[in-house]
Amino acid sequence: MKLEAQAVTKRYGAHAALDGAAFATGGEARVIALLGPSGGGKSTLLRVLGCLLVPDAGQVSLDDRLLPHDEDGALAERRGNGFVFQGYNLFPHLTALQNITLPLKEVHGMTETQATQRALELLHRLGLEGHEHKRPSQLSGGQQQRAAIARALAPKPRLLLLDEPTSALDPVMTGEVLDVIRELAEAGQSIILATHEISFARKVADWVVFLAAGKVQESSSAAEFFTKPKTEMARRYLEGLSKYR
Amino acid sequence: MLYAAGLFVVASAAFYGVFASVAYPWNWSGVWKYRFQFGHGWLTTMGLSLVAMVVSIGFGFVLMLGRRAPWEPVRMACGGVVELVRGSPLLVQLLIGHYIIAQALSIEQPVVTGIILLGCFEGAYLAEIFRGAVESISASQLEAARAVGFGRVQTYRFVIIPQALRRALPGTTGQLVSLIKDSSLLSVIGIEELVQKVKIMNSASYAPLEGCLPLVVAYLVVTLPLSYVARRLEGRFAYET
Repeated sequence: MKLEAQAVTKRYGAHAALDGAAFATGGEARVIALLGPSGGGKSTLLRVLGCLLVPDAGQVSLDDRLLPHDEDGALAERRGNGFVFQGYNLFPHLTALQNITLPLKEVHGMTETQATQRALELLHRLGLEGHEHKRPSQLSGGQQQRAAIARALAPKPRLLLLDEPTSALDPVMTGEVLDVIRELAEAGQSIILATHEISFARKVADWVVFLAAGKVQESSSAAEFFTKPKTEMARRYLEGLSKYR
Repeated sequence: MLYAAGLFVVASAAFYGVFASVAYPWNWSGVWKYRFQFGHGWLTTMGLSLVAMVVSIGFGFVLMLGRRAPWEPVRMACGGVVELVRGSPLLVQLLIGHYIIAQALSIEQPVVTGIILLGCFEGAYLAEIFRGAVESISASQLEAARAVGFGRVQTYRFVIIPQALRRALPGTTGQLVSLIKDSSLLSVIGIEELVQKVKIMNSASYAPLEGCLPLVVAYLVVTLPLSYVARRLEGRFAYET
């Protein structure tokens, strides 16, 4: 995909989470990693790119098409995307299966049978066989996150957006979830991923957007970013994160 | 169960002892004579309470939505209604509502006016119970609803209401029990409900208190099962969040 952001600003009260962020992916980037220190604007940018948030100023274009700023347009755009969040955000009153089938039926107009078939196919593919009828509280963190990924993938999204999908997980569960994301990336899914897992980003990403203080500090191909970062800030960030790994 | 039975026996004994100590002269013949009147009053109370419950839940729900509306004037108006209705005595609302407003709108039936007024009064309390439950749904749930592509109505229907229902249940049950008891005030606009019937019975038979004991029982046979059903429902909705 071709993604371009121009002077994107998003404020929460006096605090500007994004302060004129701008970048453009060169040509075809399929897996884009948003990296940078906490509070730097990764999550906010991810939400703007996925139309979950409308920026106060600036614009984003995806494959040379401007993203809408009105609520109805943003809703239609969101329906073509899949989201996975740090805190899983499954609906606690529904089973894993219902979490997936409900949006398929109500948003994407599938019948009960079609939706169930699609949901089961994904749950089994992501290793959740036997857990279909459990509520989120009966699943482990890693299982919940895989169910959340299944929910995001179910309507076959153009774009899968993941916001620090492993930050709440222990190392074993992190591994489970990263395996799933890697398989998706290798299968050709377009992905935007905000993460602190830089060794993972190095393996799967082909473009990196590095953010700090609400601004894009660096936007380059993954190969270039990880071998010779252009800014001092990015260099120090990479050093700091790889110190104990 | 055994413990409950024991408690009941102890409470009854204490109650009996208190009455015995003041040597109250019981006279049950008056009560028996008016049993059909009593039954009629009970049916009136329960019938209008039931309809008023439906009105109050509907009114409470609409007020709650109004207080969360995206337009400031609607929010303010609904907030004002809640504060006004909750902040003034039901007695005054009944008198003004029946003798002034209902007259002006030429509604002839006191039962209709009574049900609407009682429903609105309790609905104002329910609105705040509902609002508390709805606002306790976390922002991450609302974001998840937006993320899967739900619109505003779908978010309420599939995400907010199912989760808020469980949280609103204990408060709602209490309010509905209050509604049944508050219905006794409807006698001021000329509705012969249960308490009014008992007052008539007591004064006609020169027995000031005898009717009150069946009265207590008559309310409890409805309010206790209501609480029981609500607790069962809570159990059914129980899941960890």
